[in-house]
Amino acid sequence: MEVGLKMGFEETELRLGLPGGGDGGEVVRKRGFSETVDLKLKLSSKQGSSGIDPNEEKMTGLTKEKNLLLSATDPAKPPAKAQVVGWPPVRSFRKNILATATQKSSSDESGGEKAAFVKVSMDGAPYLRKVDLRMYTSYHQLSDALAKMFSSFTIGNCGSQGVKDFMNESKLMDLLNSSDYVPTYEDKDGDWMLVGDVPWEMFVESCKRLRIMKGTEAIGLAPKAVEKCKKRG
Amino acid sequence: MTYSFPDEVLEHVFSFIQSVKDRNAVSTVCKSWFEIERWCRRKVFIGNCYAVSPRMVIKRFPEVRSIELKGKPHFADFNLVPDGWGGYVLPWIVEMAGAYPGLEEIRLKRMVVTDESLELIAKSFKNFKVLVLFSCEGFSTDGLAAIASGCKNLRELDLRESEVDDLSGHWLTHFPETCTSLVSLNISCLGSDEVSLSALERLVGRCPNLTSLRVNRAVTLDRIANILRCAPQLIDFGTGNYTAELRPDVLSNLAGAFSSCKELKSLSGFWDVVPAYLPALYSVCSRLTSLNLSYATIQSAEIIKLVSHCPSLQRLLVLDYIEDSGLEALASSCKDLQELRVFPSDPFGAELNVSLTEQGLVAVSLGCPKLQSVLYFCRRMTNAALVTTAQNCPNMTRFRLCIIEPKTADYLTLEPLDVGFGAIVEHCKDLRRLSLSGLLTDRVFEYIGTYAKKLEMLSVAFAGDSDLGLHHVLSGCEGLRKLEIRDCPFGDKALLANAAKLETMRSLWMSSCTVSFGACKLLGEKMPRLNVEVIDETEPPDARPESCPVDKLYVYRSVSGPRFDMPPFVWTMDEGKILH
Repeated sequence: MEVGLKMGFEETELRLGLPGGGDGGEVVRKRGFSETVDLKLKLSSKQGSSGIDPNEEKMTGLTKEKNLLLSATDPAKPPAKAQVVGWPPVRSFRKNILATATQKSSSDESGGEKAAFVKVSMDGAPYLRKVDLRMYTSYHQLSDALAKMFSSFTIGNCGSQGVKDFMNESKLMDLLNSSDYVPTYEDKDGDWMLVGDVPWEMFVESCKRLRIMKGTEAIGLAPKAVEKCKKRG
Repeated sequence: MTYSFPDEVLEHVFSFIQSVKDRNAVSTVCKSWFEIERWCRRKVFIGNCYAVSPRMVIKRFPEVRSIELKGKPHFADFNLVPDGWGGYVLPWIVEMAGAYPGLEEIRLKRMVVTDESLELIAKSFKNFKVLVLFSCEGFSTDGLAAIASGCKNLRELDLRESEVDDLSGHWLTHFPETCTSLVSLNISCLGSDEVSLSALERLVGRCPNLTSLRVNRAVTLDRIANILRCAPQLIDFGTGNYTAELRPDVLSNLAGAFSSCKELKSLSGFWDVVPAYLPALYSVCSRLTSLNLSYATIQSAEIIKLVSHCPSLQRLLVLDYIEDSGLEALASSCKDLQELRVFPSDPFGAELNVSLTEQGLVAVSLGCPKLQSVLYFCRRMTNAALVTTAQNCPNMTRFRLCIIEPKTADYLTLEPLDVGFGAIVEHCKDLRRLSLSGLLTDRVFEYIGTYAKKLEMLSVAFAGDSDLGLHHVLSGCEGLRKLEIRDCPFGDKALLANAAKLETMRSLWMSSCTVSFGACKLLGEKMPRLNVEVIDETEPPDARPESCPVDKLYVYRSVSGPRFDMPPFVWTMDEGKILH
């Protein structure tokens, strides 16, 4: 299966900035965000030393466990337990089913789902991947994981882009007009949204599937995002 | 002068030999038996779809009517095998479409099945009868619609635990009104999206031979009574959501419907259970041999009530809500119990949410003398409990214990659980399958290598101290076919010293261990009949020094050489070169 060249393309950096600091016009959310969260989708060349951190040691499962250790963004919540991939050996369909079952039977809404497997597709990639959103506690971690997953694919023609800031409407439009890749997701209502719009917890609970699409294609999602930018001022 | 039977006589004799193993043995007796046997072989089992090519199978067995194929390694169930690794069935269907027009049965496990494959099946095999897709993925309800409309004599459609893209519930309407041949229909894995309930009921009503029906969650409790009344001949039934507002008329209607099913022996489903509706099952319980409550989030007291009505129970799947007290009740009510699976209700929670411990396991081992197969998730264990279990159940053939926290020691003595598992392999002489967990040193592998002579499949995680552990297993377990290992300090020495052993096995999986890339290359070079696959999603293995450990290694024997459908993150070591 020829997927194309793995060498010779530049590093693509894609950032989505969340609105900073709450202000009067902001809709009340479950958790307030006082910091900007960056979502970087780095798709780098595998060949040669460029893009590869020589200090990055080969991870054993145990080191991976440490890397997955989650740090709480909300100091009131105790740190979540580290999750090792594939352990305990419970099949995904069972995890997802139990999650919905316990959610319904318990009255505690904020307990949320214990596992949240969603399909991830990337335009141009020959097959889908799956991620468990509960493995991460931030957009940062998710974007790292996605970058690793799709780094084996060529992403064709992409120029190096600087930081894009969703707070700025014109810059947002620039981003969506470029050929960069933009992570999007389908929420519970069937709407396609840009990743990074809502607080992480809310995203995990409403995300049904992910699609990494070309900026030019995601332009149709711009109106919602732009509206949100305007709300935040 | 040699005196031999005419071919037709031999062929007739061979037709009584159904088991694949026996058939294989027959074919090795002499050349003429090989020839006769291959022409009359109707059923083929291929445990690893990459061990042989479709063309080779077709060449040797030209008149096959039933094929079973398995694709991905078992650890794919736990997301250790990246999507896109392989296991595509389409190439097989394409070849068989031409060679086996009379093909009747296809059974697949852990394979990628596309709508295109399903459409090709529907088009190519005029007498197609049985389709079983066990833990498969890659297809949608469109493919199912093609099967429903295209296969005029379909008897079995079983989608157990597969992942289906639920595009529309209307695929069921594609079964023509003339279809009356269904014997088994399992659609329990389909999502909660709307399934055409009226089409389902009509289909069930016009298939008088339907004995196994498992519906999905979209089928609500109030519809179950209707369905059961359409099919009182059912032997195996899987409910949908077993929940509704409690209404006496619905309850009595349901109870009546269940009691009209005089043959019902097996129940499953039970998502979202309202306990007040469980008594509707009581009339069936005395005959029940198999009960799957592994999605039912009901508490111990309710489980005990139900189970105490089921004296004939042979197989129970349940969540750990059953707790030790429930297992004790099970042990006293169900003396015929052969298989028990206890699943975790909260596998990722750090807190203990249920009182299920080693005591429950011991109670069942004591009370159920016929116990043969155990899958048990718990949070604590002792060597003593394992020894007692082993002594009580010498007939155990499958024992899988998962202590949720890796490397958990015996909670009373704080020692490793080597002795406990050692007792299991020593006493259970017919043990075929074993999964280890807890704190384990190389010693447990010494026991396994010494005693587990009939062991065919071993699963190991977070265990052992050194290569010696792996060496004990590879050198001692004569019957070993499948070995899967994750996060153990096993490396080059044991692997290379036992390279020849790998050709006697179906496959070996090692992930997050310490096998170096250099050793993988050497193995590929020295053993041409092994496919040595290195899986790494972050970078090519040769981007690092040869002494660096590989992320994931999958080794399997094959007579068809390296495969050509590998994704970018899989490399095969063929003759020391890296192929891609």
